[in-house]
Amino acid sequence: MVRHLEMDFRQLEVRRYRPCDWFEVLVSDRTTLTMHYCIKGGNFDHAGEASSQLKRNLHALGISPDFARRICIASYEAEMNLVVFTEGGELVACVEPRKVTINAVDIGPGIPDIELAMQPGYSTAPDWVRELGFGAGMGLPNIKKCSDEMKLESKVGVGTNLQFTVHT
Amino acid sequence: MKTLQDIADALKLAVSTGGDLLSCLTITGGYAGDMLSDVLAHARKGQVWVTLQTHTNIVAVASSKELCGIIVVNGRTPEAATLQKAEQEHIPILVSPLSSYDVVARLCELGVTNREGV
Repeated sequence: MVRHLEMDFRQLEVRRYRPCDWFEVLVSDRTTLTMHYCIKGGNFDHAGEASSQLKRNLHALGISPDFARRICIASYEAEMNLVVFTEGGELVACVEPRKVTINAVDIGPGIPDIELAMQPGYSTAPDWVRELGFGAGMGLPNIKKCSDEMKLESKVGVGTNLQFTVHT
Repeated sequence: MKTLQDIADALKLAVSTGGDLLSCLTITGGYAGDMLSDVLAHARKGQVWVTLQTHTNIVAVASSKELCGIIVVNGRTPEAATLQKAEQEHIPILVSPLSSYDVVARLCELGVTNREGV
């Protein structure tokens, strides 16, 4: 019942704003809509909120629920990586007419061996983090699975930039 | 098709939150796991999730995957913040005194499995 009401509300919201139409109305060589989320490292209580909010925003923008779900799952994994492994960073979602690109950027510690980090099951998470159910070593492979393009750049002591794109 | 209410009744689950939603949520299957990434990768929309985790992130995972509800096992108590978040996201949380193994066995008996299309 509540879900139905929520769905109706969502559809109403989408009808009222029709934000995706802006891309057609605003004439330019390239129009983008960017959302920034600051992620605090080690803050497990609020971890995942940015991705949930992003998903709601994507729904409001009229992006189909299946694409929004894929983007949300990948961005949740990226957000959790920022929470678990870094001092914090930023999740930046860039919406364009036919794709959504997410950058998860942090300022360290950096990933020494990207190939190893991409291997399913490999994780450097400490035991207490694993007990909470994180650090299965599946985050990066999951992001790759959910996205159409993925790029991971990292330098130890400098930081990491993970970029992934979903074509909508 | 079974609803979450049918499952709650059959397994005598304690309802921690979302009691009013149970009878409108149809279960498409089930998944069990305590590693969040594993659930994110393999659970499917509409499934009920069996886990021993109780912290707030289980709600984010269930919400991301659009799971129909969470069954917390071994009589663990979900944290207050978890329940609050679950209410916001409309994710029912149910608790069983049984282990994951036993809860899954009972679910399978009731025809709730992880096979495609079941």
